[in-house]
Amino acid sequence: MTKLDAKIPEGSLAEKWTKYRSSVSLVNPANKRNLEVVIVGSGLAGASAAASLAELGYKVKVFCFQDSPRRAHSIAAQGGINAAKNYQNDGDSIFRLFYDTIKGGDYRSREANVHRLAEVSGNIIDQCVAQGVPFAREYGGLLSNRSFGGTQVQRTFYAAGQTGQQLLLGAYSALQRQVGMGNVELFTRHEMQDVVVVDGKARGIIARNLVTGELERHFGHAVLLCTGGYGNVFYLSTNAMGSNVTAAWKAHKKGAFFANPCYTQIHPTCIPVSGDHQSKLTLMSESLRNDGRIWVPKKKDDPRKANEIPEDERDYYLERRYPAFGNLVPRDIASRAAKERCDAGYGVGSSKMAVYLDFAAAIVRYGKAEANKRNIHHASDEEIQLMGKEVVKEKYGNLFDMYKQITGEDPYELPMRIYPAVHYTMGGLWVDYNLMTTVPGLYALGEANFSDHGANRLGASALMQGLADGYFVIPYTIGAYLASEIRTPAMSTDSEAFVNAEKAVKEQIEKLMSIRGTKSVDYFHKKLGLIMWNQCGMARNEEGLKMAIADIQALRKEFWSDVRIPGEANNLNPELEKAGRVADFLELGELMCKDALDRNESCGGHFREEYQTEDGEALRDDENYAYVAAWEFKGESQFELHKEELKFENIKIAQRSYK
Amino acid sequence: MEGNLNLTLKIWRQKNAQTAGKFETYQVSGISEDMSFLEMIDVLNNRLIEEGDDPVAFDHDCREGICGMCSMYINGRPHGPNKGVTTCQLHMRSFSDGQTITIEPWRAEAFPVIKDLVVNRSAFDRIIAAGGFISVNTGNAQDANSLPIPKDNADDAFAAAACIGCGACVAACKNASAMLFTSAKISQLALLPQGQAERAKRAEAMVAQMDEEGFGACSNTGACEAECPKGISLENIARMNREYFSSVFTSK
Repeated sequence: MTKLDAKIPEGSLAEKWTKYRSSVSLVNPANKRNLEVVIVGSGLAGASAAASLAELGYKVKVFCFQDSPRRAHSIAAQGGINAAKNYQNDGDSIFRLFYDTIKGGDYRSREANVHRLAEVSGNIIDQCVAQGVPFAREYGGLLSNRSFGGTQVQRTFYAAGQTGQQLLLGAYSALQRQVGMGNVELFTRHEMQDVVVVDGKARGIIARNLVTGELERHFGHAVLLCTGGYGNVFYLSTNAMGSNVTAAWKAHKKGAFFANPCYTQIHPTCIPVSGDHQSKLTLMSESLRNDGRIWVPKKKDDPRKANEIPEDERDYYLERRYPAFGNLVPRDIASRAAKERCDAGYGVGSSKMAVYLDFAAAIVRYGKAEANKRNIHHASDEEIQLMGKEVVKEKYGNLFDMYKQITGEDPYELPMRIYPAVHYTMGGLWVDYNLMTTVPGLYALGEANFSDHGANRLGASALMQGLADGYFVIPYTIGAYLASEIRTPAMSTDSEAFVNAEKAVKEQIEKLMSIRGTKSVDYFHKKLGLIMWNQCGMARNEEGLKMAIADIQALRKEFWSDVRIPGEANNLNPELEKAGRVADFLELGELMCKDALDRNESCGGHFREEYQTEDGEALRDDENYAYVAAWEFKGESQFELHKEELKFENIKIAQRSYK
Repeated sequence: MEGNLNLTLKIWRQKNAQTAGKFETYQVSGISEDMSFLEMIDVLNNRLIEEGDDPVAFDHDCREGICGMCSMYINGRPHGPNKGVTTCQLHMRSFSDGQTITIEPWRAEAFPVIKDLVVNRSAFDRIIAAGGFISVNTGNAQDANSLPIPKDNADDAFAAAACIGCGACVAACKNASAMLFTSAKISQLALLPQGQAERAKRAEAMVAQMDEEGFGACSNTGACEAECPKGISLENIARMNREYFSSVFTSK
């Protein structure tokens, strides 16, 4: 069962990466020109990896299912990106970012990877600024920072509420530069359908041209999956409509272990569901918790409007329960606390499944500060309100506009109504220190891998990890593999492995098209989502998970006998695309439940109701569960568990407290 | 039945680039005011699938107004009647019961129709590839705070960089000009100290690519700015023209 070698370099924690970089095998420039790399996905991880590898001289092919690499869902990240720059002189350091990330992940991540992430975090900011990413700045011209959950320093860099957009456009520009120079070949509206494995090594992919329906074979000496997370298994999530697990799942079925699939991040501040028509959920950035105060009425089923409830009849439950971190507790804790209040009958809004996020106090505070700045003495309440709203608008304007657009309510006047929603998946393909999966030559970067966030990701760390993997990790670690591939010439795609892989893809598409059943793909996706949300969402228990596994198996059977896909396979057919993705979600969902069932403890985003402290906090079992659960695919509904023991040599493992 | 809006939809249907398209009329009922415009199309598509018809193909992804993928021309306006929103953020409370809504794809020679409401916008990618970047390889950067940038410049650069590349500016323009899109990137980089080294070359290269793609000229009507969901300013076009002419007149 000890198939897993994380390949963590020797040496003290702070020296591992430096030593590794100075000793890893190199590929000379003439050889790089002959080495081809296939990159699937064009988000922060994919675009940054593609640009960086092409700059080094490798021949790169990039695939994305959208019409342009700039659409990848990294674009929607709002709040910011962490880096241990200590520009604020508030005590930040590489070690502190490392420590916060390990603790935030509830002691379920790998020390060496997380330390490397913290080490390169500063380089990311430098690189992005050099590319022209317009981060927020102070009047002196220096970069501005704000706070995010789970930390007590200000290390988050941002560009209004559009940080992901600006970072992705920076990486996209770098990528397009390489496209223009002919170093990267770009395949838009192409979806990866399978990995091709030749003699045990990943050697390329089968992709479907979504416009013509043609299947294409593409060779690569190495294949990088930068395909994001699988939150859409829940149907409703903050992911984009097209976000999917297909690339990762096909890789899993070709031998890549899937790690910690049950670790799902439910983000506390999202706009609540408004009805059955809902197709996706919209996040309200965690940065809002810098200034917004979360509360519910102290009285159950209080019929009054928010503004009519006096101060002493409000329960600021996060400030009450977690005085040290207050509204800035990590996401898993804030989400569970909201669920607890709503389940107990204190929820607000028509569905009673929401809590308030209130900016009234912040508006007054900023208004008074602004009056002082402008030398206005005896400002009236009205003037203070006006000035305060201006400041809030500058900080969060686009988020407030978005909220108003979606709900029809004005958050400058009324508190926002928010509720937790599926946002990010910490689990993903198991990778070693080199970011290589258990299939040689097959890598996973960014959200697609499991590596850095343990059981709960801290805010503003996803952007950091995606770019760290792409800009600063893979350019080094891929050399360790490709240095031994310089004698491998580019392979013909007429080989048996490619032909067979394409044939299997073709057969699946034909099978899907031939069912001609009675129910749409969305019908199945919504049903699956509901099972997952109810049984494998914010709270899980043994009975529910067992039920969910049976339900998913039955639903999968129904899908394969009754799904209806209109149109043809030889042209643009969004229903066929969705069907392929949902087919994979229907398999992944089962594994998630099995993983949740296996983990008899609560940690981070995985909360098993059977394992909690007296005051309702997650109760870890470090003696028996301090491992990464890496699952091997063994056939339908059959998965074998492999364990990677987690060793904490630099941090004292403790109960995670934010009180 | 979630709501009480009943609507008539006239939607452009076109099998592919080689086939001629035409408008088809559909009725939808029970639409809720809280639905987004795309969720209303979802309702129609689910019905079409149930009835055995081909659903309407349309581009969309993030559904939160930032990816730039959605692209419907609604009642003669890109992204519909509201200012400052993309189609995915347009909600049905902006329409009234009994209304007829006409939905077309972006229309521009440089954006050929792929199917129904889906068009090919890869011309935008090629314009960026021609020069919409700062040539800095990974790993060469100095410390970020060693280059102070006045807040106003940074804010202006950000305002230009907020472009989502949806193409509404092209669709709104009677000349199908891509000047607003191209100028937004040129402006962002011209406003920042990091962008100075390639400033002249960039403007020339991006304008040349824009022309090669078949986008029209600018006649200063301002429809692009009025219809831009992200409020990209016409000032960017003025700046681009300055950049371009100063480059052309000083180039060696």
